[in-house]
Amino acid sequence: MFLRWLEATILDFGDEMHKVYMWIWSSGDLGLRLLWHILHLILSTWYFIIGLMGSVESFLISSGLFKRYRDLDISKVQYLAVAIDSDEALQTLKVLELLRWLEAIGLRKVCLYDTAGVLKKSKEALTLLLKNERMSSETASDPLVEEKCLSLEVISFSDGKQAVAKAADVLLKKHYLSSNTEKPKLTESDMTDALGAIGYREPDPDLMLIYGPARCHMGFPAWRIRYTEILHMGPLKSMKIGALIKAIHRYTMVHQNYGT
Amino acid sequence: MENKTDTLAVRLFGSSISYMRKSLFRILSVGPIPNHIAFILDGNRRYAKKRNLNEGMGYRAGFLSLMTLCKYCCELGVKYVTIYAFSIDNFKRKPHEVDAVMDLMLEKIQGMLKEESIVSQYGVRVYFIGNLELLNEHVRQAAVKAMEATSNNDKIVLLICVAYTSTDEIVHAARESCEAKRARVRSSGAREGNEEELKVVDIERHMYMGVAPDPDILVRTSGETRLSNFLLWQTSNCVLYSPRALWPEIGLRHLVWAVLNYQRVFPLLERRRKQM
Repeated sequence: MFLRWLEATILDFGDEMHKVYMWIWSSGDLGLRLLWHILHLILSTWYFIIGLMGSVESFLISSGLFKRYRDLDISKVQYLAVAIDSDEALQTLKVLELLRWLEAIGLRKVCLYDTAGVLKKSKEALTLLLKNERMSSETASDPLVEEKCLSLEVISFSDGKQAVAKAADVLLKKHYLSSNTEKPKLTESDMTDALGAIGYREPDPDLMLIYGPARCHMGFPAWRIRYTEILHMGPLKSMKIGALIKAIHRYTMVHQNYGT
Repeated sequence: MENKTDTLAVRLFGSSISYMRKSLFRILSVGPIPNHIAFILDGNRRYAKKRNLNEGMGYRAGFLSLMTLCKYCCELGVKYVTIYAFSIDNFKRKPHEVDAVMDLMLEKIQGMLKEESIVSQYGVRVYFIGNLELLNEHVRQAAVKAMEATSNNDKIVLLICVAYTSTDEIVHAARESCEAKRARVRSSGAREGNEEELKVVDIERHMYMGVAPDPDILVRTSGETRLSNFLLWQTSNCVLYSPRALWPEIGLRHLVWAVLNYQRVFPLLERRRKQM
């Protein structure tokens, strides 16, 4: 008796589900669009709440409330890369402020990247402004001034795939066109040496921070980001020092096994 | 009588879940659906440790997740799925671990060749991407056979990266480009050949991943935020997503979240793609 009732209930449930599914299929574009917009509204609301919580947390971190963020082991970040969306990279003052923060945290080697090469145009201005600020805040004879300088590398999309093509050309001339070896065995270190020969000698970044609307590395040179930790920081205009400190702290806690 | 009802109940429940999932995909399809999703299958060993299983069971659980996710991607309308099954770096693991993964791979590849396999059911075309010379003879032959056997399938393409790293792929492509250029120079004469330098298109023509377009979304499970030498060249304009779930724990909600996030930034990605 009970089994018959259960069977009937299940069959009814199945019928209902089938009706809902057919309604969704036949309700046409309008109903579907409405549901799609509702889903995206839920997503936007979620990000809004996360953003608010992030702002509060950043404020607390920058106030020095959390001990773990005060005792940051910056030596673990040997080389930091910052990839900025090209449209946002036009905000030179914001980029300068970011570099000031990085210098204040204790970083010494930073690589700035944007796809279109906007930062390459503002590199000179940024370096000059940073140097002027340093000079005005410390005495010129201070021997530690040079040590505290931020070493800045600025690259763009053309330093990625095109650089690899140029390096391959170097290898072509060295190993293929000028030698009689039938099938030269090219290795990864040959490619690294070729890239070095055409001027790309900087180390691989340990950590990459992305400032932009999308979590995407925007074409950062592929050869250099094999094991780089990639963190998305959001738009440049809403950057916060607390979030920066948190990102660096998170990196210092990561353990990599490099595939083993 | 009880057994029949149980089976009926399970089947109807399964159908209801399937209807709900297809309805959800129908809603998602209002926006742009990614053409190509890549997955880094991270966390199988941690999953086995968490559930007190032996390591081999972690990989098997991972395989089930893979089949489920491929099914979802096929239903959603994703045309290409790439997975990072085994890196060249993974050869540095303990020999018994490497052997266990290779044995599982061989077992599953041989399973693909059967008519009733999920690969045949869903019309999956399989490619094995990577330096296949590094694999043992049995696995390599099985892989080549599976690629031939599935070459007529056209619903979805599954690219399985084995013995793969991005840097090895780039060096291989450079090597092939150099050899092709040398052959052209030798056949057409020195004057014509030397005027052209190698270009990015020459390198890209010889990439292992040249059989598929660039991925739109890259998912790495277990919360790690690095690419670990996977598709570094192809992910210039790709949304990166790092859910905290371990690979065997990945589910529909992660796929839906990834697609919603992709749809959110799609106009920006399209604009960037045109500029690049």
